Amino acid sequence: MKLHEYQAKSVFADAGIPTPDSQLAESTEEVLSAAESIGYPVAVKAQVHVGGRGKAGGIKLVENDEEAREAADAILGMDLKGYTVGRVLVEGAVDFVDELYVGVTMDRGEGKPVAMVSEKGGVDIESVAEEDPEAIAREYIDPAFGLQPYQARRAVYDAGIDREVAGDVSSVLTTLFSLWDDRDASDTEINPLMVTSSGEVVAADAVMNIDEDALFRQPELAEMEEDSYEDDLERKAGEYGFDYVRLDGDVGIIGNGAGLVMTTLDLVDHYGGEPANFLDVGGGAKADRIANALDMVFSDENVESVVFNIFGGITRGDEVAKGINNALEQFDEIPKPVVVRLAGTNAEEGMEILNADLVQVEQTLEEAVQRAVENAQEASQ
Amino acid sequence: MSILVDDDTRVVVQGITGGEGKFHTEQMMEYGTNVVAGAVPGRGGQEVAGVPVYDTVSQAVREEDADASVIFVPPAFAADAIFESLDSDLDLAVAITEGIPTQDMAKVNKRLSEVDTHLVGPNCPGLITPGEAKLGILPGNIFSSGNVGLVSRSGTLTYQVVDNLTNRGLGQTTAVGIGGDPIIGTSFVDALSLFEDDPETDAVVMCGEIGGEDEEQAAQFIAENMDTPVAGFIAGRTAPPGKRMGHAGAIVSGSGTGTAESKIDALNDAGVPVGDTPEEVADSVEELL
Repeated sequence: MKLHEYQAKSVFADAGIPTPDSQLAESTEEVLSAAESIGYPVAVKAQVHVGGRGKAGGIKLVENDEEAREAADAILGMDLKGYTVGRVLVEGAVDFVDELYVGVTMDRGEGKPVAMVSEKGGVDIESVAEEDPEAIAREYIDPAFGLQPYQARRAVYDAGIDREVAGDVSSVLTTLFSLWDDRDASDTEINPLMVTSSGEVVAADAVMNIDEDALFRQPELAEMEEDSYEDDLERKAGEYGFDYVRLDGDVGIIGNGAGLVMTTLDLVDHYGGEPANFLDVGGGAKADRIANALDMVFSDENVESVVFNIFGGITRGDEVAKGINNALEQFDEIPKPVVVRLAGTNAEEGMEILNADLVQVEQTLEEAVQRAVENAQEASQ
Repeated sequence: MSILVDDDTRVVVQGITGGEGKFHTEQMMEYGTNVVAGAVPGRGGQEVAGVPVYDTVSQAVREEDADASVIFVPPAFAADAIFESLDSDLDLAVAITEGIPTQDMAKVNKRLSEVDTHLVGPNCPGLITPGEAKLGILPGNIFSSGNVGLVSRSGTLTYQVVDNLTNRGLGQTTAVGIGGDPIIGTSFVDALSLFEDDPETDAVVMCGEIGGEDEEQAAQFIAENMDTPVAGFIAGRTAPPGKRMGHAGAIVSGSGTGTAESKIDALNDAGVPVGDTPEEVADSVEELL
């Protein structure tokens, strides 16, 4: 779960990290009154979960009412990489002399957290990591003991941070780790951490992502979760409790188990088709869940053909077959051709139950995918 | 021969009184697994599926000589259950639970480096030595005994590939589902190393997926340390960056690490054929044997 910048900033500020004055605004009038109370110049920043907001036109620096009105009109309601901007953060501009990077994340390969500091803040840190890895100082943290003070100092000095601010930067890093640890974050990051002409450090941006599997013990953060689905289908999948990812193709895919569903997508591509989605019904799905999955895929207007691939372990073929029949019997005419392949637990019973007037049955994964791809190709001719 | 589990494995089920724990205990016993105890705090003295339940794993080890555990404990308590198994002198712990907080697993991972117990999982289907024992939730009937080892990050993909193998008469020594989480106990390298040392395993199938760099490390290990031939499969070629494909660990990062392409290239460079379809994987195994 991603926090918005304004949410992450308030968490950081509460923990003692210096942040600029700011106010959230939802209309041009609110932007103007926020700017007036903070004092120009201010930055107007779109609050959406999109990287590279600045480049995409979602952040504007303004000097007066006229520019603020223009920026607010432009940013509020704009479409930023698929997200509509409903709110902006109005924030006092910082007069900076340097931009740094500080962050804590989980290093998956090492299986432990890593604290990072760099002098090259203000740009995409992943491209710094690729082009100039030496510019990022890293400290791996023992999860049993946490970030030790010497490690925070070492990261700061290794990164070549100016001695004048080294103490403050290392204190910000220590706080970022505490937040990461206490709040079950997957990432806490400030980029840029600005150094002002008077030698102070200020968090000009704030990133905090929370491990969704830990939200049960982070009730305050769970309350901050906001609808951040990119489209109605992903929202619907969330309501049904499916793992779903929408893609651009026309072959709808339903299966059980992440690896098998990914494989089904890959096979659609392999046989010359284009997958419309990833949809995992999970383990042990009963008939109503199967019907919901079909409803999901039929709701995608790009879908011309559907392939259902179930390999039952704890999922039972007879339950799947009942769900498919139930869902399809409701239609006077089947919206799009459905190919079904059942294997594993109770697959034979399932095959008998399936209504052959409503679906096309195939014996193997390869045959089922090829048939679904052909169906899609015929439909688009 | 086999790896990690066989006829002699004595299993304690942590969370045996829960719905899933009970169901799969019965399934495991039906398959022939030697389940000797359950462990659930506060439930000592009860019996489930004819198996005595103890309050702690240590008691199950003392009283019933358990040497492996299978964990069906809800996510909030699962890391504690894993720590308990790691502190009870077991040879093997298998964590089926999905959804354990990553920071809990980082702490478990640290403890793992200090003990001799193997951890398989979490978020995995478990493992099976066909005809001898299964620890987990895999459907036993699709497996058959033979000389092919299998290691996979995904449950149902394992079943699919096993089906392709079994249909051609290619049986398995042991099949291990190592799990789809970002931080897991037994890695590809760990499992491959066990298969390399198993005299009965004549070829290994490795099913990877997008995310992380475990497959790349496995490729390096195969090139440097393995005589046993390996055939590969990688799921997620069509996955877009930045989207989690079902498994918590199955994600291509925004900067493009963890792609299927990088894994397939690494495996090919290590001399491992990577099939485009599960059928092609079975073809490769036939050629390698």
